[in-house]
Amino acid sequence: MTDQTPLELEKPLVTQVSDIARPGVTTGLVDTTVEAGLELKARSQWSYARQRFLRHRLAMAGLTGLLFFFVVGIFANAIAPYPIDAIDLNHIMIAPTSSGHHWLGTDEIGRDFLSRIIFGIRTSEEVGLFVAFLGTIIGLALGAIAGYFGGLIDNLLMRLTDLVLTLPLLAVLLTVAALKGEGSQWRVSIIIALFLWTGIARIVRGIFLSLREKEYVEAARASGAGNTRIMFRHILPNTLGPVVVAGTLAVATGILIETALSFLGFGIKPPTTSLGVLIADGQNNPQKWWLTVFPGLAIVAIVLCINFIGDGLRDALDPQQRRVRA
Amino acid sequence: MLIYITRRFLYSIPVLALSSFLSFVFVSYAGDPRANLRANPKVSQLTLNHLAHQYHLDTSVPVRYWYWIQDVFTHKLGVSLITLQPIWPDITRTLGHTAQVVLLAECIALVLGIAVGIYSAVRQYSIFDYTFTSVSFLGFAMPTFWLALLLQILFVDIYLKWHVRIFYTSGLNTQGNATWSLDRWQHIALPVATLTIISFGLYSRYMRASMLDVINTDYVRTARAKGLSERHVIMRHVFRNALIPIVTVSALNFGAVLSGALVTETVFSLDGIGFYFVNKLGQLDVYAIMAYLMVTAVIIIAANLVADILYGYLDPRIRYD
Repeated sequence: MTDQTPLELEKPLVTQVSDIARPGVTTGLVDTTVEAGLELKARSQWSYARQRFLRHRLAMAGLTGLLFFFVVGIFANAIAPYPIDAIDLNHIMIAPTSSGHHWLGTDEIGRDFLSRIIFGIRTSEEVGLFVAFLGTIIGLALGAIAGYFGGLIDNLLMRLTDLVLTLPLLAVLLTVAALKGEGSQWRVSIIIALFLWTGIARIVRGIFLSLREKEYVEAARASGAGNTRIMFRHILPNTLGPVVVAGTLAVATGILIETALSFLGFGIKPPTTSLGVLIADGQNNPQKWWLTVFPGLAIVAIVLCINFIGDGLRDALDPQQRRVRA
Repeated sequence: MLIYITRRFLYSIPVLALSSFLSFVFVSYAGDPRANLRANPKVSQLTLNHLAHQYHLDTSVPVRYWYWIQDVFTHKLGVSLITLQPIWPDITRTLGHTAQVVLLAECIALVLGIAVGIYSAVRQYSIFDYTFTSVSFLGFAMPTFWLALLLQILFVDIYLKWHVRIFYTSGLNTQGNATWSLDRWQHIALPVATLTIISFGLYSRYMRASMLDVINTDYVRTARAKGLSERHVIMRHVFRNALIPIVTVSALNFGAVLSGALVTETVFSLDGIGFYFVNKLGQLDVYAIMAYLMVTAVIIIAANLVADILYGYLDPRIRYD
């Protein structure tokens, strides 16, 4: 972090004093020191957080599960036993069998259901990640601006989030997706993200509001740092913990909302397959239970994994927070 | 207190006005209510123009908003542009059905959630606690519509296999039955169960956490030190204070509950306001969509206001100014 020249000794004393005043930044403190046979290792906040996370059993289980689902999603083409729209006319709507090739049965026109679920997992994961990413970026940017500058922008932003909070979220999303979604995966993802950033914006705004009055920010300003530098270098890193937690949980929310929209017929539409689309299709044949049960199980498993990871991250990064999920 | 309530109430008026304006502009620009008529070869251009003029569709959207607002207050939310029927009777009927299901489910979920929350907190890390923690985690991860579908599939299967009708899986009443008879209960049981399960997880977790917060306070230790029985301490000293956050949570949760009701009603084809909305959205019935959004917005704002008032009443330490 410090731009140290090879000519250490020739540096003026003042720099060294200021280096000592910032523990953790200088190389001396990060290094392992050997003193009287004892090895002391200075740990950063992050290494404590990492340890707390790695010890969190549920979070590790969630991480393993999620890795599995991501591998399935990424390598869907290689893993799926059949192409997504291959039709097997000899096996139409058969129940899951272990003897044949259709492990999870086939749908109403004889497409292998396991393959369709694997491709559905891919779509749902893409939507969840994209929604969380875009939502976090928007929330970070607007929350930072509102919290740092305050005044009119802050007021506007908070009134806007008030507005979003007065309407039932699902109904608003349904309306927007019905009119502007066109059944496309990316359009639907963008629409969901545009309504999901408010939570993150509120978190970031709160932290910025409290930190902008701190002495170290004043010191940074006194030493000539501009607004951008203060915002990005001095305050933003402090929001990272809560934002990472909220962003992780937003992946789950994104997936759940997408499946609900698609199920009601206003989200993603065929030929794109998401887990919600599969359940919506299965509803035409309520007695073929596997058409409903398996895609739903996949959703529950993915969301459960993400929630476990989110809880682990919260315990690791944000120890003051309560463990209850809202 | 009264001043605070009045101010909150007055503040909600511009919020409501702005959100109605924004949604009206959006819905009106995006959807053409005459699309169906236009596609119908029996409807002439003259009729279309006439209709457009009669319902102010030939004016700009902000002007139309003004006409709509007048309609909302003088003609109770106006007339649907697709069916040309008044909207208000539909709204009151469907809202009544939704209220039956939602309020029943919320009451059961609150009672169960509070009971389980208390017991989980008192016996923290017991098998009971772990079981219900897992149940509520599952509840958080489960899409509402999937749970509803599972129940539906299960009871359809039971009926087809053994020919016993325990619960019906769609509608509100079978033809020929009195509205309020056993028949109605058999119909709303599954939607109520769905919504109960979804809300229960949230309430039990919150109750547990808030109980644990209070159990570790000094005055509870004092109460125990005085020699009060554990039962007395839990019920009189901990429980009553732990209840306060639940009140807020249940009121703030009302938006999510309405979203859940929307999905559940659609699965069970229940004639509630959410199902009405989904149908009208499919037909792009602009004024009916607006009616739903406005009615639910009013309900949510009212629920938030009630939460604020109750909070101040239950916790005398809270001062409004």
